[in-house]
Amino acid sequence: MALLEIKDLRIALNDGSEIVKGIDLKVESGEVHAIMGPNGSGKSTLAQALMGHPAYRISSGDVLLDGTSLLALGPDERAQKGLFLAFQYPYAIPGVTVTSFLRSAMNALRKARAGGEDDPIPIPEFRKQLAAATERLKVPRELLGRYLNDGFSGGEKKRIEILQLALLHPRLAVLDETDSGLDIDALKTIAGGVSDLVGPEMGAVVITHYQRILNYIRPDYVHVFAGGRFVAEGGPELAEQLESEGYDAYLPEAPSGAS
Amino acid sequence: MSEPESDVSQIGRDYKYGFHTTDEPKFSTGRGLTREVVETISAQKSEPAWMLERRLEAYEHFLTRPIPDWGGDLSTIDFDSIFYYVKPTESEAASWEELPPDIKNTWDRLGIPEAEKKYLAGVGAQYESEVVYHKLQEELVRQGVVFLGMDVGLRDHEEIVREHFGKIVPFRDNKFSALNTAVWSGGSFIYVPPGVKVEMPLQAYFRINAENMGQFERTLIVVDEGAFVHYVEGCTAPIYSSDSLHAAVVEIIVKPGGRCRYTTIQNWSTNVYNLVTKRAVAQENATIEWVDGNLGSKLTMKYPAIWLTGEGAHGEVLSIAFAGPGQHQDTGAKAVHAAPNTTSVITAKSISRGGGRAGYRGLVNVASGARGAKSKVVCDALILDEESRSDTYPTIRVHEADANIEHEATVSKIGEEQLFYLMSRGLTESEASSMIVSGFVEPITKELPLEYAVEMNRLIQLQMEGSVG
Ligand SMILES: Nc1ncnc2c1ncn2[C@@H]1O[C@H](COP(=O)(O)OP(=O)(O)OP(=O)(O)O)[C@@H](O)[C@H]1O
Ligand SMILES: [Mg+2]
Repeated sequence: MALLEIKDLRIALNDGSEIVKGIDLKVESGEVHAIMGPNGSGKSTLAQALMGHPAYRISSGDVLLDGTSLLALGPDERAQKGLFLAFQYPYAIPGVTVTSFLRSAMNALRKARAGGEDDPIPIPEFRKQLAAATERLKVPRELLGRYLNDGFSGGEKKRIEILQLALLHPRLAVLDETDSGLDIDALKTIAGGVSDLVGPEMGAVVITHYQRILNYIRPDYVHVFAGGRFVAEGGPELAEQLESEGYDAYLPEAPSGAS
Repeated sequence: MSEPESDVSQIGRDYKYGFHTTDEPKFSTGRGLTREVVETISAQKSEPAWMLERRLEAYEHFLTRPIPDWGGDLSTIDFDSIFYYVKPTESEAASWEELPPDIKNTWDRLGIPEAEKKYLAGVGAQYESEVVYHKLQEELVRQGVVFLGMDVGLRDHEEIVREHFGKIVPFRDNKFSALNTAVWSGGSFIYVPPGVKVEMPLQAYFRINAENMGQFERTLIVVDEGAFVHYVEGCTAPIYSSDSLHAAVVEIIVKPGGRCRYTTIQNWSTNVYNLVTKRAVAQENATIEWVDGNLGSKLTMKYPAIWLTGEGAHGEVLSIAFAGPGQHQDTGAKAVHAAPNTTSVITAKSISRGGGRAGYRGLVNVASGARGAKSKVVCDALILDEESRSDTYPTIRVHEADANIEHEATVSKIGEEQLFYLMSRGLTESEASSMIVSGFVEPITKELPLEYAVEMNRLIQLQMEGSVG
């Protein structure tokens, strides 16, 4: 049984227009799958629909995590089952500090694991885990006392997404363009941090436009996503090829005769 | 005997203070208000003649004064069914153990003796019409700080009381200040001598226990030159199907260079009319701060006022109003700049959900002669669903050309995207919305001592529970 299994999945907007047009994907623990594709092809739609975003409708197909279908579950229950999405555009929650948010999120997952009973993480334990993760990911301590994503720079938001990933220990992490906005050093640290987490406990799907992040999170598979479908699949070398040649070869409306 | 009241279904939320006890009071004037009731209350307290005269004058004024036709719906108050004076114990106790078991049990369940041990400099506890417990740390007594029930304050410090009582809030101010002046009982009397800074808060706790109870406490705080005090009041009541009335008057005077902070965490059950007149005078370079949290009650009409009468005086109002199902919070603030170079800041946040209605009603008045006045008003409303409502009624009157007045107002809803983001981390929809709401009021809760901030957030969470489903 695969960790994540997507079967013939079609995703539409609430007005009926179809964005993702039938895809299949299997991810095992310890695997990294990269998804690359042009702007507007539906990558974030896929990621957000996996997480249960209410703006999207699953018109057919299924998504299984550890063999259980996620489709009837709310985003909170999907998270509790071990799915995590690092957002392309994380939202700000004014008035809620990063630290207090992280603790609430950890406690929400612990509560679900304890069968609905409150099981708050002891404060010293929380501090220890937080300190270790912020150090590993080189997150400035100063960010922790600020309101979540409120006035954060693009790169700061991305760091905080991965800090959440590190503390919440999901089974499957989907990273939606986490590399966009990160400077070169941060990319190395953050991607290295994610890579450390991949293993028997976790698999990852990395959505990106650039090959660079894949130097630090080695993908086992690279999928090319265009026009709502996977149009090609290969190993890490495919990412390098895309970086030099672009997506023209995979686009139906590619100008003929271009070379 | 204690008898927990458990029928909370009628209000649609978990109100854990809804229990009541069934003990017999020592004395009650019975239902309804007459001249005799006023005289009886005064006689019970063996008051000086001037106070009885004042009560009777106020009573006459109350009778002739029409019910306000603005704010909330007051036509449903049945003045004849209310108990205006109920005396629960023979006298004020100085230790919790001296109280009748039922009453002690009530305070234990509300956590007051525990809080006193941990972080309070003094506690007053009012049950129905009387202050049943009162205590101030010895060190503060030694420094000349006075913290008493208002009745005892009048007896022991008649001069100070007579000088200020009804000067800041005259009984003619409004119908409910007239009512309060006629039948007042309990409340706090505080005097802080020059230069004394009371570091830990003094807390008063107001509890209505009986059905159709009217609670009319009266508080007077005098902060002398360069002194400081933080006074906190909390209020709860049992849930009944018929209504109770709470009509308090609070008068504060802060002398030159002094500072007073007055924090309210009002969590009445949703069958209480809460109609309170609060006004503070700040003299030269003095500071007055009202922190006003209104979470409970059926209808609250309350607009804490600051009168800046001395040059350089500063006033702040930080207010949070939460209106759930069946609730109307008509709250706000008034700032009157009556001297040069005075400043005021009003920050009001309201949340309405489940058909609740929250409003901000405010006045900023810069009198002529108050040159260089500065005022900033920010009111933000968060509306959680389509049935709920928020209104803003700001009034600004300026009689000096160089006044600097800012007013900002926003109305927002909880964004679907914010909810989704939080839920994607495992928070349930109600946890996620409570978190957004707590964040919304954070600029105010962060001003509270930790224990109260925690309490405020917990109350908001309770309000939010059952808000989705
Ligand atoms: N909620 C929505 N309402 C309207 N259109 C939407 C919505 N979500 C996605 N779309 C549309 O669906 C298409 C796919 O968008 P999506 O964000 O999934 O692309 P993407 O592959 O992630 O692109 P990028 O590389 O730029 O991040 C776009 O045309 C987008 O405008
Ligand atoms: Mg995208």
